[in-house]
Amino acid sequence: MIELQDVHKSFGPKHVLRGVNLSVPRGESMVIIGGSGTGKSVAIKCVLGLITPDSGSVTVDGQDVTKLRQGSSERDAFLARFGMLFQGGALFDSLTVWQNVAFRLLRGSLKKPKKEAREIAIEKLRRVGLTPDVADLYPAELSGGMQKRVGLARAIAAEPEIIFFDEPTTGLDPIMSGVINDLIREIVVEMGATAMTITHDMTSVRAIADKVAMLHGGKIRGTGPVADMDNSGDPYLAQFISGSADGPIEAVR
Amino acid sequence: MRLLAVIGATVLGFLAAIGRVAMFAVDTVSHLIRAPWYPKEFGNQLIQIGYLSLPVVGLTTIFTGGALALQIYAGGARFSAEAVVPQIVAIGMVRELGPVLVGLMIAARVTSSIAAEIATMKVTEQIDALVTLSTNPMKYLTLPRVLAATLVMPVLVAIGDIIGIMGGYLVGVNRLGFNAATYLKNTLDFLEPLDIISSLSKGAVFGFIAALMGCYFGMRSARGAAGVGAATKGAVVAASVLILAANFVLTELFFAA
Ligand SMILES: Nc1ncnc2c1ncn2[C@@H]1O[C@H](COP(=O)(O)OP(=O)(O)OP(=O)(O)O)[C@@H](O)[C@H]1O
Ligand SMILES: [Mg+2]
Repeated sequence: MIELQDVHKSFGPKHVLRGVNLSVPRGESMVIIGGSGTGKSVAIKCVLGLITPDSGSVTVDGQDVTKLRQGSSERDAFLARFGMLFQGGALFDSLTVWQNVAFRLLRGSLKKPKKEAREIAIEKLRRVGLTPDVADLYPAELSGGMQKRVGLARAIAAEPEIIFFDEPTTGLDPIMSGVINDLIREIVVEMGATAMTITHDMTSVRAIADKVAMLHGGKIRGTGPVADMDNSGDPYLAQFISGSADGPIEAVR
Repeated sequence: MRLLAVIGATVLGFLAAIGRVAMFAVDTVSHLIRAPWYPKEFGNQLIQIGYLSLPVVGLTTIFTGGALALQIYAGGARFSAEAVVPQIVAIGMVRELGPVLVGLMIAARVTSSIAAEIATMKVTEQIDALVTLSTNPMKYLTLPRVLAATLVMPVLVAIGDIIGIMGGYLVGVNRLGFNAATYLKNTLDFLEPLDIISSLSKGAVFGFIAALMGCYFGMRSARGAAGVGAATKGAVVAASVLILAANFVLTELFFAA
């Protein structure tokens, strides 16, 4: 169970999060939508403790994330339960693709023999639609969409309980997007993982969400089951889904 | 009044920066005694910082040793003291020029590349990714670099000292008409253990400073390409100035009677 309560965060004069309240029960797939620059990425980084909120609380299974000291072993153990796909991929460019995917399996508490780690990495690459011959390439040698999928493979490699996907299908072709949507759904259903996904892709929302939350104006405007999304009666959500320039959300922000 | 406020703010900012660097240094060193360690990263850095710096160290010191011999000869000739060339080249290289030149070359070559690499990692969220993969960036990135630089710099300085003296020797014997055997004998007889100890200690301190500044500025880089550029520039300037300042302090410590 992930819980954000009245989370505020500013960068200088820019007040990005203005009291975010959100809870994601265990084993559920929550999708966060919202305009570009509204602070979706900042919100999930707050859960991981990569950004410290100015006020409010973030708890995971009752444990206060902000109280975990940086570099402490409790924090390492806490983070071992998570997988995260960064919006920009964030692949380590000094390591090959398979070493990126198997990063957790090559060091630390989950360390496995090199050969086994490589096999797992290649299997995860296959699941995101990449062939084994990319394993020995460096991230810089891949296309943007391929990098994204390697990032996805790395996020799921150690089979985490809680996974964050920051725009998993942005930059992918429609077929590959379909593959990734199915994969995320599969991970939630089969492995029982809790997932938080940020996306702008409405097809993706329908494919992977149990619940949808909309972030606007630094707050969660509402949360509800994906089935109710189309007749929520919320003009903001309706405008977002239809992608119309006319409505309460201003096009220039 | 306005001016006082500005001066006050500058001084406070400067003191705060010193405090942050000191804390960063303490944090780095504290990971020496706290598992896990990353020996493979450390090995890579030994090669990057040590082995691959050899050409630049050799080139800078050999030319400087040669030029030093010419100047000492020319200057010494005014008091008919040309004979001191071997001794003064040895002292000048080992006590000052060897460590300082190698230190500055390492600041140019190693500090800049560490700062640019880590800053790029920071800007592209690779540092955040490390954290989410339960890997402490201080252990995985900073400690291997700082430790490798601290341990390998005395070796580089020793090599630089020897090549610098050799530069003086080549000029002395081939251009200034010194006898080869006498030149070497004078050099060796004149150098004392303290000269060599000070040289190697300076090397270790400069290596620590060079790598630490690279990591510190890299980790604090602002966002975007401009952030990486500023971090790299700041790291090289800070490392160079601190190396020269530390050199003065160490010379004072070792040689002020
Ligand atoms: N480290 C930071 N320093 C300063 N400002 C930041 C930082 N991180 C985010 N911001 C600002 O916070 C705001 C929200 O950023 P965020 O990345 O969360 O947007 P987003 O909702 O994920 O948008 P997108 O859909 O385009 O990815 C932006 O205006 C951004 O400029
Ligand atoms: Mg984002």
